[in-house]
Amino acid sequence: MGDQKVKRSEDKGKDISPVRKIPPPDDESTVSLLRELVNHLRKNRTQLREEWARRITAAKLLGAMTSEEMFAEATSVYDNYVEVLETGAVEALQAYARDLSERIIPRGVETDEVVGIVLLLRDVLARSLFAKYQTDFQLLNRILDAYEPAANRIANTVAVGFVQERERIIRQQQEAIRELSTPVLQVRERLLILPIIGVIDSQRARQLTEQLLRGIRTNRAKVVVIDITGVAAMDATVANHLVQTVEASRLLGATVIVTGLSPEIAQTLVTIGVDLGKMNTVGDLQGGIEEAERLLGYKVTPFSEVSQQPI
Amino acid sequence: MANETVVSINTDTDVVAARQKGRELATALGFVSTDSTLLATAISELARNIIRYAKKGEILIASVQSGDRVGITVVARDNGPGIANISLAMQDGFSTSGGLGLGLPGVKRLMDEFHLVSDANNGTKVTIKKWKR
Amino acid sequence: MEVPILKQGLYLIASIQAALSDVDLLHLRDALAEKVGKFRARGVIVDVTVLDVMDSFASRTLRDLAHMTRLRGAETVIVGIQPEVAFAMVQLGLTLEGVDTALDLEEGLAFLEKKTKRRTSRG
Repeated sequence: MGDQKVKRSEDKGKDISPVRKIPPPDDESTVSLLRELVNHLRKNRTQLREEWARRITAAKLLGAMTSEEMFAEATSVYDNYVEVLETGAVEALQAYARDLSERIIPRGVETDEVVGIVLLLRDVLARSLFAKYQTDFQLLNRILDAYEPAANRIANTVAVGFVQERERIIRQQQEAIRELSTPVLQVRERLLILPIIGVIDSQRARQLTEQLLRGIRTNRAKVVVIDITGVAAMDATVANHLVQTVEASRLLGATVIVTGLSPEIAQTLVTIGVDLGKMNTVGDLQGGIEEAERLLGYKVTPFSEVSQQPI
Repeated sequence: MANETVVSINTDTDVVAARQKGRELATALGFVSTDSTLLATAISELARNIIRYAKKGEILIASVQSGDRVGITVVARDNGPGIANISLAMQDGFSTSGGLGLGLPGVKRLMDEFHLVSDANNGTKVTIKKWKR
Repeated sequence: MEVPILKQGLYLIASIQAALSDVDLLHLRDALAEKVGKFRARGVIVDVTVLDVMDSFASRTLRDLAHMTRLRGAETVIVGIQPEVAFAMVQLGLTLEGVDTALDLEEGLAFLEKKTKRRTSRG
């Protein structure tokens, strides 16, 4: 998945490589044009920024922000924009774009808004160039030749930076959700219970195993009861994960008891070649815990008289 | 740009060297410890295959980038006799036999991407990738 | 590099200190087999806590080790396999089947106690 190149007819076959450097101006006059342009944008900073803010509001963008916040961000974006036009140093802009995204994404700002405001800024600045150089069409063209590739690069960088930041956050959240949804419980010394509920995909199964193994080590567990009563369905891949979890736990010196095996799941396991005779299975969670306690050497009395002591 | 190392594989000390390089790179890139271990283990297996079946070869370890995702790619190459029956070698259960076969299905499980090319004329080339979480 | 082997009562304890080359691991295997005979040890504990990778070679060698020591009358327990190492191992299908494992040295000793007691009470 590379980043998208902006296709423009004025590219002249220039290689705008994904390493994101704005191609340096090819001649003296372009350099001086850019300088002139940047000076103009700096000189007229206040009114151009205000014009931009007006347009943003008119387009109903950044509604999630207060107008002070919006103006503050607009100021940074403007200044960064002009800075990049001047220096061509996109790295700073990328860093800024990521930073900005990190701030505004939790506020509920959407991709179309971010792209929208950057394009609006591009338009506002372009219009101001038209206004300034309207009497000299040739000069205007040369100024635009200098401005447009740079401006488009900026829009692209900010948009891509924003999208990537969103994707990163989503991945993080998914990871966090997965962790939360598979709690490893210590109910007794040396005994862990892992109730699995819902749908397990490969990713979740792996995370589960990792968490369990860490838990075994931390809690020095000797027996683990994995309860799959709440598992909706299991395919061969996940069944394999279960088997691997049992095997990995054994390497850490822990015995695994699997409880809540429905007839369907038992069938799946048999189909993939799991020797159920080798896997320690008990009908329900309660039974599993009792078996675990037995293995640990606790004297098990009927549940009505709760009193367990090691033998 | 790309962080890249090539380790010549001739002896068993090279196996250890290759997997340590893999681990170093993974740690430098900020991989979680578990994934570093998976990567190092996969590299170890690939290196061993090279020695066992081709006597020598090389392992390339490099960082890769895709969008903002960072990862590591490993290419294990040799000019050995090649794998006679690739589909058999990639069959699960083949790697769990006592002799442990080539361990390739296992390596595939450990990694995010796996690509194998092998024939008698050109030897074997295994390319694997692991992305940072 | 040699792995130090300690004698504790009827048991031999080998604590791996750093990443081992293949040759070192084979030496360890042979040294333990030899010492089991020499000291008539009843149990062997191999502590692999420090190993950050266990591949097919290590797995096979440890299995050989357990087999060899058993032939000479001693039970072997592998202790200290790290969670992520265990994870990687089972993905590769390396389950150390037929080899006893325990969480750590303490558990390993407790395991050997139980196992060897059973043997003497049977004998």
